[in-house]
Order: sequence, then C-alpha cells, then structure tokens
Amino acid sequence: MATLQTRASARLMMTPAVVLLLLWMAVPLAMTLYFSMLRYNLLMPGMEEWAGFLNYRFFLTDPAFFAGLLNTLLLVGGVLAISVGGGILMALLLDQPFFGQGLVRLMVIAPFFVMPTVSALVWKNMLMHPVNGLFAWLARTFGLQPVDWFGQAPLFSIVMIVSWQWLPFATLILLTALQSLDSEQKEAAEMDGAGALSRFIYIVLPHMARAITVVVLIETIFLLSVFAEILVTTNGGPGVQTTTVTYLVYVQALLQFDVGGASAGGIVAVVLANIVAIFLVRLIGKNLD
Amino acid sequence: MARSIPTRTRLGFTLVGWLVGLLIFFPILWTVLTSFKSEGTAIATPPQFLFFQWTAENYAEVNSRSDYFKHFMNSVVISVGSTLLGLLIAIPAAWAMAFAPTKRTKDVLLWMLSTKMLPAVGVLVPIYLLFRDTGLLDTRIGLTAVLTMSNLPIIVWMLYTYFREIPGDILEAARMDGASLAKEIVYVLTPMAVPGIASTLLLNIILAWNEAFWTLNLTAAKAAPLTAFIASYSSPEGLFWAKLSAASTLAIAPILVLGWFSQRQLVRGLTFGAVK
Amino acid sequence: MGEIRLEKVHKAFGTTVVIPEIDLEIADNEFVVFVGPSGCGKSTLLRLIAGLEDTTSGRILIDGEDMTARAPAKRGLSMVFQSYALYPHMSVYNNIAFPLKMAGADKSVIEEKVRNAARILNLTDYLDRRPGQLSGGQRQRVAIGRAIVREPKAFLFDEPLSNLDAALRGAMRLEISELHHQLHTTMIYVTHDQIEAMTMADKIVVLNAGRIEQVGSPLELYRSPRNLFVAGFIGSPRMNFVQGPEAEKLGAATIGVRPEHLELSTGDGYWKGKVGVAEHLGSDTFLHVDVDGLGQVTARADGEIGLRHGETVFLTPIRERVHRFDDKGEAFS
Repeated sequence: MATLQTRASARLMMTPAVVLLLLWMAVPLAMTLYFSMLRYNLLMPGMEEWAGFLNYRFFLTDPAFFAGLLNTLLLVGGVLAISVGGGILMALLLDQPFFGQGLVRLMVIAPFFVMPTVSALVWKNMLMHPVNGLFAWLARTFGLQPVDWFGQAPLFSIVMIVSWQWLPFATLILLTALQSLDSEQKEAAEMDGAGALSRFIYIVLPHMARAITVVVLIETIFLLSVFAEILVTTNGGPGVQTTTVTYLVYVQALLQFDVGGASAGGIVAVVLANIVAIFLVRLIGKNLD
Repeated sequence: MARSIPTRTRLGFTLVGWLVGLLIFFPILWTVLTSFKSEGTAIATPPQFLFFQWTAENYAEVNSRSDYFKHFMNSVVISVGSTLLGLLIAIPAAWAMAFAPTKRTKDVLLWMLSTKMLPAVGVLVPIYLLFRDTGLLDTRIGLTAVLTMSNLPIIVWMLYTYFREIPGDILEAARMDGASLAKEIVYVLTPMAVPGIASTLLLNIILAWNEAFWTLNLTAAKAAPLTAFIASYSSPEGLFWAKLSAASTLAIAPILVLGWFSQRQLVRGLTFGAVK
Repeated sequence: MGEIRLEKVHKAFGTTVVIPEIDLEIADNEFVVFVGPSGCGKSTLLRLIAGLEDTTSGRILIDGEDMTARAPAKRGLSMVFQSYALYPHMSVYNNIAFPLKMAGADKSVIEEKVRNAARILNLTDYLDRRPGQLSGGQRQRVAIGRAIVREPKAFLFDEPLSNLDAALRGAMRLEISELHHQLHTTMIYVTHDQIEAMTMADKIVVLNAGRIEQVGSPLELYRSPRNLFVAGFIGSPRMNFVQGPEAEKLGAATIGVRPEHLELSTGDGYWKGKVGVAEHLGSDTFLHVDVDGLGQVTARADGEIGLRHGETVFLTPIRERVHRFDDKGEAFS
C-alpha cells in the first residue's frame, strides 16, 4: 500500500523505538550473562575473576533455589487456578442482567488498580493480622480459632493477596470475550434443544478458550516477577518458605552483593520466563494476520 | 432478540452480584473507612464499620510527618513523564508499522513484545550497577527512563492496534489532496487517533504508577514514588493502621478513578490486541 | 487538459506480477471505465496512475509530461475512494475545503469554491454536518465534492458505487455521467459491474489477470467481442456458449449467442427445448431453457409471454448475431 517514499520515512520513524529497545534489552542482558561467569562480589571490589559456570552450579544446587522454584510454581499455579476459575464464574455472573450491574463491575475490577505494596500491607495488617485483623474477629465470632496466616501458611497468604489483585484482570478479559459471543449462536443452540449447561460446555467455553489461554499466559509472565508483595509481607521467610526465584535473585544481588551469583540466577529466571513467552508470542502472532 | 427476564431471576442475580462485588471490593472499602478512624478505633475488636468518630487527622498527619506530597509528586512525575516520553518514541513507530507495513513488521512487533516478557530480575544487576556508577540511583530521571523502556512495548502495541483501525484510504486521500507527511499526521491522523492515544496514555500512567519492582530497587528517600513510600510502612509503622490507610487511600484514589475510566482499553492494552 | 498515456506500465509485488505490461491512451475529456472481475488488477492500475503505488517499470504521462516518479498530490489528479475516505473529524465544509487548504488557497477563494461545489452536488444544507451524520449517497457526494474543488486534470473513481443500494446506485450513475458533461474533464472509473461500464463509458477497458483483453466503446464490445472472456463479461444476462457439433457446423470451436438474439417459437425452430425457470421482470422475461443435446440456454422474451415451466419451446439463433470463436477462445473476424 505504500510507495518507496513513505517506506523510507517509515523506516526512519521506527528507528528510535527499535534502537532504544535493542539497547535496553541487549546491553544489560549481555552484561548479566558476562557477570554470571565471574566471581564478583560488591563487598570485595577488585577481586573479580573468571568463574565459568561455577555461579550456575552454586545457584542451581543451592537448596534455596529448589525451594524458590517450587514456591514460584506454587505461587503461579495457585494464583492462576484461583483467578482463572474465579474469573470464569465472575464473568458469567456479570454477563447476567441485574440491577446496578455497572457499579458492581467497577467494584470487581477495582483491586487491579491498587498498587502491589498497598494491597499487600492492607491484607497483611488489617485483614490477616492474627489478633486484630478482621479475619481473626470473624473466626472468633463463629467460635473458631483465629489463623496466624503468615505464620502457619505464609505462601498461601501471598497466593491469596496476589489472586485478589489478578482476579479482576481475568474477569474483565473473560467478560469481554464472553460478550463478543454472537447471541445468534446461543439462540441457534437453544433452538437445537441444548440446555443451559450444554450451551456453556459446547458453545460458551470453546468460544472463551482463546481468551483463557491469553489470560493464563499473560498472568504467568507477570506472576513470575511477583516481588513487592513478598518484600513487604514476609521478606521471603520464614526461612525460605516464601522465597521465589525472583526474590532469591534480589536477595543475592542487593542484600548479599553477590553480583555473579545473582546474574546466574537472573539468567535462569530469563530462561524460565522464555518458556512461557514463546507460547504467548506465537499465539499473539497468529492473531496478527 | 431480547427476551424479558423474570423479575425474580433478575432480583436473584442482583443479590448475588452485589454480594460478590462488595466482597471483592471490601478490602478497599475497609482501607478507606479505616483511614477516617483514630488509631485506637482502627484496631478495636469488634471492628467498627460505620458508627465511629470520623476524623481526618490521619491525612493531615501523614502529610506533615512523612513528606507525603514529595512522594506523590515523584509518582506523578515518573508515571506521567515516562508515559509521555514513551508516546513520543512510540507514535512514529506505530504509525510506520500500521500504515507502511513490510514483511518484517510482524517480526519487529513480536520482538518488541518479547522484550516486555524479559523478567526484570534478568537485568536487575547490570541496571543497578550502571545506575550506581552514573549517579542515576534514586533519581526521578533514572526511574523515568527505566519505566519508559519497560512500558514502551505496550505503548507501541496499543497504538499500533488503534492506528490499524484507521482506514488507510483516508490517509491516501489526504496524500492525493496534497498533504505532506507532516500535515497528514497533524491534520488527519492525529485527530482520528486521539481516542486511542488518550487511552494508551491512561493505561500506561496506571501501569507506571503501580510499578513496584524498579521503583523499590532503584530508589531510596529522594526519588521514591508512592509504591516505595508505602512499602516503608511494612516495618513498625505498619502498626499504625489508620495512617497506613490514609496514605494508601491517597495513593490509590487517583489511579482507581483513571482505571475505572479506561477499563475497556485495559483489556486491549494488556492482551496486546489478542482480546478485544 | 487531461490526456493520460501509459507506456509499458508494469507492476509486481515482490515476485507476484499484478500487471504484466500495459500500453493505454486516454484522450482528454474521455470517460474511461476499467472493468473486470475482482483481482484483475484494475484498482492497482488506477492506483499506479494516482501515484499511490510505485510503478515497477514503464512510464505514466499526463499531458505529455512524465509523472511516473511524481508524488500523488503533484499529478493534478483527484480520486474518489470506494470507502469515500472522508475525514470523520471534519465537517462537510472542511472535508471539501481540505485540498484547497493544503494548496494554500485564499480563504475567500476556498469559501467560493466549496459553496459552488456544494450547490452542484446538493450539499448546501449539510455543510456543517460531520460525515457520520450523512446517508451513503450524501457521503458519496461529499467525496466527489472534495475531488472537484481541485479542478483536476482527471478524476479517478475506485468502485465508488459499490457501497450503495441498488436504487441509489442507479441515481448516482446518472449524476456522475451528468457531472462529466458539466465539467468536461477526463474521468477514469474502476468497477466490476459491467452495467456501470456500459451505461457510463465513452471507452471501456476490459481487464483480466492484469492484461487488457479489449478496448473499445460499449457498443463495439457488445457487437464484436474479441474473445470468449469479453463476450462472457459484457452483456446481461450472459452470452450463451455452445461447443461440440453445433459449433463445428459453423466451423468454430465455440459459438456464442446472446439471449436477446434468440427467436422464440412454440411451433418450430432450430433448437428444441423445455422451459425451466422463467424469470418475469415485467419488461422482459428470461427463460432458462433445457435444450436437447446442448444443456441450459438463456433466452430473452417478451415481458408478458405466457410460457410456463415444463412447456416445449423452439429457439432459433439470428444467424448474423452468432459469434464464432476458435479453439484458443479468440473470435474469428
């Protein structure tokens, strides 16, 4: 559709964005890769030396890494299950006509706009506090023993907080997908004698399948990097019970000043994220044509 | 097409809908309520829901004791600044990709997207060291630059999906009518793209405002935006629930309002156009 | 003036050849229609003339001047797009005024020309509206208005009527023809609809797969199509083609007879058949007749003919209106 002239100016106009992103991605990543092969600690300046794959060996054989990997998987898996499952139900509910629908919709999506540090602190202190928290009061009201959330089930507590943040995202996207379903399709199915449940299983769910995939992939990308919620609630503890791979890299870099080790961890995180990213990029790419 | 729904069914859904909605919204509501309590009322058992002595003193105190306004301004400068800078770089790029696509356009777009999927920890160490050595640590400029780069792919993508909806015919008509490239962009493209640019702006301010990895790792007292400032309540000060609530309410209120306005665009922006 | 000449114009997208090589001359003040099935390259050819696409090789001359490398706006042409391509954020007035503003015309000149165009096109009452508030026909007129204020050397129309309903299409056809008589300007009009081509053109260019099949006045194409493609494309309903022994009798591989060149009789005639579907249009009746040994043949009959489904009918082609084609599909001259 374009002539040579417009194509030339187009190339010029793309250059800043492409060059900047290339720098932003390639340079630090190359440095990380390089550092990961060094023995390099900020507390011992001038002592840098080539270490080969030693950092990787240390990082991958560190028991904290396995705990971190497991915690990461549990966190991502848990939040995905709650937010996607809940999101489907919420989307179906919000798709029904009722009074004040618009207002309820606004309330439901609100948590997504709350900054991570605020939601983590509000939940930790005001809701989940074992003595003064609202949950504790509720438990006592019903004659139950209040739960010490961050003491007894620290990872689960974080999963709850993060799920609360991401449920609106899943709901909103699944609702959008749901509403784009041609109502004639549903009516045709109804004429064909399909009941509400069969309509959901054979018409609605397949229609939402792509949106669900998108939600799963995008949430996974963001959830692999959950950081602030851990930092302000548990600091990765008790022990390493809530340390994820992301948090572990942070600890090594900015608390232990082990640049080499942290870099190796960073590369491992990149590899993990890429496994998901490949699927997501493919899916979006298909949609582009 | 529409059939009337029995009133009883409608009432039933209304009840369930509001119950679930209020439940999900409750933590925010609770934060706002608590921000108007005295510290004593805030931790009272049983909790006080509405009938307590309302007070605004927490807001005054948060501001006077902790330089709240400075951190608020940091948030504004960093989120708005990084978004505007991003738009400045992204608008020409998105224009080019939407209206003069080549065989490589798709690959470039997907590559840009893939940079967004790069986990931040992967580049934390070098960015931290570079910032330390160039004196950019704990500065608004440094953080603005980092957030610009980290949100650039989303900005380009959103603009691209909006621009693509503008029919190419109209731009060609302008070209036939004698408009130069600059005039074409100023008189024809931009007015038509304003809604798309506006929603891109909104969504990215939201994302930058709530960003909590780089802001926590690259700032300290000076350039800390609200995300990092609130994080300081995690230590002993967290015991002052009413003040935590007041600070939190102030931090989330402006963005919550923006978010409500841009909820439609959010879907498109965060799914890179894969769900509309 | 608006004389356009294409010399060996060739267009390829990568390795896909869209237009092999075309020579064409369009005289000043001529109404030329490019017609052909979709994908035949007619729109691409128009966009090459407009300058919206680069020519791969060859030259485009306007009034004797080589314009091949000239920017679209510098060629002195106006274009009306299929989608109208109106600027949605501008009023009708500003839409029509836009090319004049771009050319840096005086405010008073702009005002006068826009008012004048609006008067010609019956848009005076709508000048303050936005395109979104107009009907399809009105939008079409705004697009034409935007094209005429520039007083171009030639107008280019890219399937301008395809988004209108049938009644409006007929009316706009007349308006555009009328406009051509008023303005005395060259017009190049692209369509896939042979009725538009037949009714409006001084000269029709029939395109197929990027090649020019035939150039001529509507009646020339109707009377003596050069090959099977043109014969089948021009005329409605379509020409009947017959192959086999019946064609060989006339020394041809294929013979063609238009439905209106078949004489009907219930008594006797050349071909005997049974009436299938009869389409009664009032003025005419189209009979789809199953002829023994030939298959289905369409014939045009009197509007109020009383033949029904299943009745026997005889068809006799008018000898001198039978077209003969050789085994390559070319007409014998």
